[in-house]
Amino acid sequence: MNINLTLIAQALAFALFIWLTAKFIWPVLMRKIEERQKQIADGLAAGERGKQELEAAGKRAGEELAKARERVGEIIGSAEKRDAQMLDEAKAAARAEADRILAAARADIDQQVARAKETLREQVAALAVAGAEKILRREVNAQTHADLLGQLKREI
Amino acid sequence: MAAEQAMTPSSYIGHHLTFLQHPVGESSFWTLNVDSLVTAALLGVFSLGFLWWVVRGATSGVPGKRQAFVEILCEFVDNQAKDIFHGDRRFIAPTALTVGLWVLLMNAMDFLPVDILGWVTHFFAPHGFRFVPTADVNTTFALALSVWLLMIYFSIAVKGLGGWIHELFCTPFGSNVLLWLPNLLFNLVEYISKPLSHSLRLFGNMYAGEIIFLLLWMMAAAGYWGTVFAVPLGVIWAGFHILIVLLQAYIFMMLTIVYISMAHESH
Repeated sequence: MNINLTLIAQALAFALFIWLTAKFIWPVLMRKIEERQKQIADGLAAGERGKQELEAAGKRAGEELAKARERVGEIIGSAEKRDAQMLDEAKAAARAEADRILAAARADIDQQVARAKETLREQVAALAVAGAEKILRREVNAQTHADLLGQLKREI
Repeated sequence: MAAEQAMTPSSYIGHHLTFLQHPVGESSFWTLNVDSLVTAALLGVFSLGFLWWVVRGATSGVPGKRQAFVEILCEFVDNQAKDIFHGDRRFIAPTALTVGLWVLLMNAMDFLPVDILGWVTHFFAPHGFRFVPTADVNTTFALALSVWLLMIYFSIAVKGLGGWIHELFCTPFGSNVLLWLPNLLFNLVEYISKPLSHSLRLFGNMYAGEIIFLLLWMMAAAGYWGTVFAVPLGVIWAGFHILIVLLQAYIFMMLTIVYISMAHESH
């Protein structure tokens, strides 16, 4: 229970131990712990950032999808329009072709009618001349009445 | 142990309370309690060596179980310091860790059974070897006075010498000239009582614990019934003593933090 030199020796030992702890143990461990805290904080921040980026990407994808849908609608609309237009064009072309064929057929018919008429006229004239010849052979010669016959031919 | 004489209760206790002393000078002051010194030094080297060994291999990545244990210990001390002390903890926290761990281990020496360990220490210290350094008033005073010096050092470092002297004379009652003397007396009482209560609380608890163990073992030696009663009482006291050892180490550490942080605050 008496105070002696041990006190000073223990105090020196204590000072030495404090110095050792404060110099070689405490700061090293605290640095490691702080590094880890920083790593964890960074990791959490990165996770948060990733989440935000994912959300943004999802939003962008949705926008793209909506745009694509719109475009598809446009394409379908224009295709339908083009379809109707082509149908109309084809109809018009067919009608024109039909008209043309009809006109050509008519012209052909007209021509043939005209030719038939001509032929008929010639034959009628020849027949008339033959008839008249037969009649006139007995009364007049053909040469004197040629003018009259020509006039008659034109009138038919 | 003291086999040549008949063992009396006082000789048994006296024997267990004898330091292994080594005189280095003329007067009784110039004596070293080798047992306290050696045990304290070994425990300090052991505990700090363990910490240093773990810290040297510490990683900032995923810590192993050993590193996690040391980190829990350090963070516990750091949190205690943070709650009390608002400032740079690069000195106060390691100091608290050193005090807490060291005192805890020194207190824990009380768990070792005195008479069994006595067989071993008897070979090199026939007149007694006390292996609880905190039951030596020199050790507790050494710690408390070191803290006391730190207290005065930080008072002067933070407030300046003038500020410290001003505080001695002008607080807590006021700066009136008539109050200078009461203030100084009050502060002196505080400066004297702090290291005394700090050291004697620890010393008293550990010394009393040791004495009670010795009394119980003496009772165990007093015949058949003595043994029957001493064993359960010894178990109960040992269990209770675990609490005392932990609690006193904790209190000593907390008071160290409180005293040093009080020195930083101006009143």
